[in-house]
Amino acid sequence: MEKRVFFKGWWLPALLVAPQLLISFVFFFYPSGQAIWNSLFLPDPFGLKTEFVGLDNFRFLLSDPYYLASFKTTVIFSTAVSVSSMALGLYLAALADRLIKGAGVYQTLLIWPYAIAPAIAGVLWLFMFNGNIGLASYYLKALGYEWNHTLKGDQAMFLVILASSWGRISYNFLFFLAGLQAIPKSIIEAAAIDGASFWKRFGTIVIPLLSPITFFLLVVNIVYAFFDTFGVIHTITSGGPEQSTTILVYKVFSDGFVSQDLGSSAAQSVILLVLVGILTVIQFKYIERKVHY
Amino acid sequence: MVEKKRSGYWLTHFGLILGVLFIFFPVWLTFVASTVTQDAIIQPPLPIIPGGEFFENYANALFRGAPEGYGARVPVMQMMINSAIMAIGITVGKIVISLLSAFAFVYFRFPFRNLCFWLIFITLMLPVEVRIVPTYEVVANLNLLNSYTGLIFPLIASATATFLFRQFFMTIPDEMVEAARMDGCSPMRFFIDILVPISKTNIAALFVILFIFGWNQYLWPLLMTTDPDMQTIVMAIDSMIPTGDDFAHWPTIMATAMLAMVPPVIIVVSMQKFFVKGLLESDK
Repeated sequence: MEKRVFFKGWWLPALLVAPQLLISFVFFFYPSGQAIWNSLFLPDPFGLKTEFVGLDNFRFLLSDPYYLASFKTTVIFSTAVSVSSMALGLYLAALADRLIKGAGVYQTLLIWPYAIAPAIAGVLWLFMFNGNIGLASYYLKALGYEWNHTLKGDQAMFLVILASSWGRISYNFLFFLAGLQAIPKSIIEAAAIDGASFWKRFGTIVIPLLSPITFFLLVVNIVYAFFDTFGVIHTITSGGPEQSTTILVYKVFSDGFVSQDLGSSAAQSVILLVLVGILTVIQFKYIERKVHY
Repeated sequence: MVEKKRSGYWLTHFGLILGVLFIFFPVWLTFVASTVTQDAIIQPPLPIIPGGEFFENYANALFRGAPEGYGARVPVMQMMINSAIMAIGITVGKIVISLLSAFAFVYFRFPFRNLCFWLIFITLMLPVEVRIVPTYEVVANLNLLNSYTGLIFPLIASATATFLFRQFFMTIPDEMVEAARMDGCSPMRFFIDILVPISKTNIAALFVILFIFGWNQYLWPLLMTTDPDMQTIVMAIDSMIPTGDDFAHWPTIMATAMLAMVPPVIIVVSMQKFFVKGLLESDK
């Protein structure tokens, strides 16, 4: 879609887009190019000179068991976070949508955790599950279950998934609620008159009509789990124990800044870049389709 | 609602209240921990009723720092100010450059317009986390480490707001420009007197989303700031959490966590209408 009427001149619009272009070049294109460039080189351990190694960094990464393990961790983590927070969001939205009065109050009570930083969410859950003083670990111990996420990888994973999903429910709730409220009541009523029960209506009418929004949320939540959960992981586990919660973005950080392995870190950035690229294209394909409806 | 059954009605409320409790519980516990003494915390189980140390703990957190233990004596008042400056800087910066470039894309035809548009479009894709190492080098080379400029500008490089404004400008009837031009209105005058005022709701919606985005930044300030006077509150909490069995003053830590949560939560709740609009229309 284009405007038919517009202003003349070219120097004013050039001036208007200049700030955004400048910032994009300095802080986006140049660093991204740098990441791609660095991924083709291997610096020596003292950082004195670098050697061109072509795709060796990638070849090395893809045969590195730690990197492949991190890939697997990321897939498990992001699937668990997306599915659990979307399921809870849909459940609460479906309930709120049933109410004639009061849906707004519940909306207010449910959406505010969106404002809590993932790092802070991590601190809250860490406090609850702290081995010495945490309330949750205390009662788990009383029930005879030994909780120690600093030693047990599966418990650590469970905790970071819990903390990451918790803050994400609000987001999914809000989108599902908007989706549910956009469904014409007449369709639901027609089905009810024909004798379809609540669950029947939910399964055959509501779920199919929600599928575009569900798909959109799936992509957005995966992107969230890939990148925005860095704070949760850094505060709760720092990727441990034994790298059991090191997701890809955490590995870029720990290899690049902690271990100073710049060639490998750059190659990892490029792989992530390609992954986000694919996700974004998928998402835009979806948005375009929605516009054409 | 189609059918009205009494039991279903109460079950609906019951289910929602369970959800609300699950959402509130960790924050409530944090609040309780921020109002009791250290002794009440280190002898589990933690009480679930607030104690009487509210003022003491918050005054410690803000002005004096934790009295003892890991990460002691680091007051967070300056960090809250830094967080506010960073959040508002990112918000205002993004909104201003996006309004300007969206105006240019929609209301002008200029050479390389499509190229510029695609260049900005691509920046939609990449969160700063992905290009973190080279971005750090750029900022270090520009001598911007430990500065507000360095905290703010790399996070402004994203196109979401530009797209939102572009979409909105597209819906404004052409007659508006025609009328303005007929009255001899210059482009910038049209922008300032007509376009910006009718974009008010969109600006407010973006303000909420971007403020939260800015306030909650974690990794970037963590790398960028080594000077304690430049740290932000969200990243500072990490340096307070003890690793392993280190001793820490939990009431102060938990008061700090509360202080890090309160400003963005207040903004979301008080500007809820704009927040919902902004979230549903933009995403980040």
